[in-house]
Amino acid sequence: MSDLTINADVAPGATGETPLVKAALISTAVLFLAVFLFLPLIVVFLEGFRKGVGVFMESFADPDTLSAVKLTLLVAAIAVSFNAIVGLAASWAIAKHHFKGKNLLLTLIDLPFSISPVISGLVYVLLFGAHGWLGPLLQSQGIQIIFAVPGIVLATILVTFPFVARELIPLMQSQGTSEEEAALSLGASGWQTFMKVTLPNIKWALLYGVLLCNARAMGEFGAVSVVSGHIRGLTNTMPLHIEILYNEYNFVAAFAVATLLASLALVTLVAKSVLERHYAGELNALQRQ
Amino acid sequence: MASLTLNRLREPSVIPGFGISLGLTLTALALIVLLPVGALVLRAASIGPAEFWSIATDPRVLAALRLSFGAALIASCINAFFGLLLAWVLVRYRFPGRRIIDAAVDLPFALPTAVAGIAMTAVYAPNGIIGSVADALQIKIAFTPVGIVIALVFVGLPFVVRTVQPILAEVEKEIEEAAALLGSSRIRTVLQVILPHVYPAMITGFAMAFARGVGEYGSVIFIAGNIPMVSEIAPLLIVIKLEEFDYGGATVVATVMLAISFILLFLINRVQTWSRRSLGNV
Repeated sequence: MSDLTINADVAPGATGETPLVKAALISTAVLFLAVFLFLPLIVVFLEGFRKGVGVFMESFADPDTLSAVKLTLLVAAIAVSFNAIVGLAASWAIAKHHFKGKNLLLTLIDLPFSISPVISGLVYVLLFGAHGWLGPLLQSQGIQIIFAVPGIVLATILVTFPFVARELIPLMQSQGTSEEEAALSLGASGWQTFMKVTLPNIKWALLYGVLLCNARAMGEFGAVSVVSGHIRGLTNTMPLHIEILYNEYNFVAAFAVATLLASLALVTLVAKSVLERHYAGELNALQRQ
Repeated sequence: MASLTLNRLREPSVIPGFGISLGLTLTALALIVLLPVGALVLRAASIGPAEFWSIATDPRVLAALRLSFGAALIASCINAFFGLLLAWVLVRYRFPGRRIIDAAVDLPFALPTAVAGIAMTAVYAPNGIIGSVADALQIKIAFTPVGIVIALVFVGLPFVVRTVQPILAEVEKEIEEAAALLGSSRIRTVLQVILPHVYPAMITGFAMAFARGVGEYGSVIFIAGNIPMVSEIAPLLIVIKLEEFDYGGATVVATVMLAISFILLFLINRVQTWSRRSLGNV
């Protein structure tokens, strides 16, 4: 009864917005997204198909485009596997053990996020380039890292270094060590414990991290641009190939290649929201910083 | 020996694999991150202070730094405002298409920057969908600093939404009901009761968007026009100096960028701790 009286005393808009304000807020938000997000995305597809499906398909007959696609897949496969393994190792060490200097280690793992991609490329040029610290030594051994595939792989690994670790560490910390301790006390080996107890607990979060890591690895531009040397057919990844085509005013081809990467982004988003919806408890998605 | 020293670092535990997992992590970190970044710092140190200063204060370098930090600041302010609005709408209201909107917020994380760059240029160039309208009104967007800000708004959009969203969802309904019962108007409840809870998260998101914007390259260079002293961002200047084999120049610009970014992030971190403490929660 008292509840009713209280409710009657409070004005209708007191604990929520009036329908008019609500509608205004929702439309502003949707309009903002429409202009800043959806419009550029739609334009990628419109421009790619501007001269018809035939011209669109022709863009992929170019051998340089094909080699760019292959190189992107190769680089992403190496970089993502590397960062997945290191991410697993880092989260095992950090989340399942107590040791000094943990916060420093966490900060260092996150460091690549606060470095400009261009600087991530630059540091490898300074290290391995012809005039870099190790340049002369590598040259005498006939090893080329900069303006070659190894440099592209290294720069991509640096840029995507934190993705998997960041996803796994908070989750594994919140899961604690009691399940592992139980497995070990029942006689399981360390490896068995990891494979049969820990991994099943973190598999969706691992997939989530790998997904984001892969999207960034395939799309990385700044870091790769600095170390690649832009040699057509040899050191051009898809994003770099888009730039070359665009600068040659070959807009349809540039946007055709861009539609592939945009589709990859859409698939990533869909997979990501499916994971978030079905395995929210097994991810750390919503607590991500 | 190595495992002995490692074991002294940690508290005893039955969980195995500490040595190998930490060893692998530290090796990867050293080779991939620390050694290359160390190479940059060493290179910067090997340039004499006088030369360092003269490169860093070169008018073209200063203009590029001012542009990168200025445009990132404006873009992250825009993102702080609209990010809060988006987070509010997504958390508080139910409307058709909400789930799609929620998923779409992460698009800038997933869409390669070069793709975003050419797409935004197509939209805002004088013959583009928005660009042609602006052109009729005598406003130039693409190939000016305005275009740079727009590109950085795109790139930084998810940060504030994603940091504010979970915090806003946790704010308890009771406190705003209490405020309403005590006679507070709705707008006052929102501004003085609810929003103070999300300010620390908003500052975090702002800082992340800002850091990302300062270093952003791929989405900016297509729309920027890249005119020295006018629309040339600092990361592009690094690339130009590298192409001229001016390693010293590139190193100086990179070092100054990193130093300013770290100082700003450190200050923002302080502000955040302070605002958390003054709120009394966490």
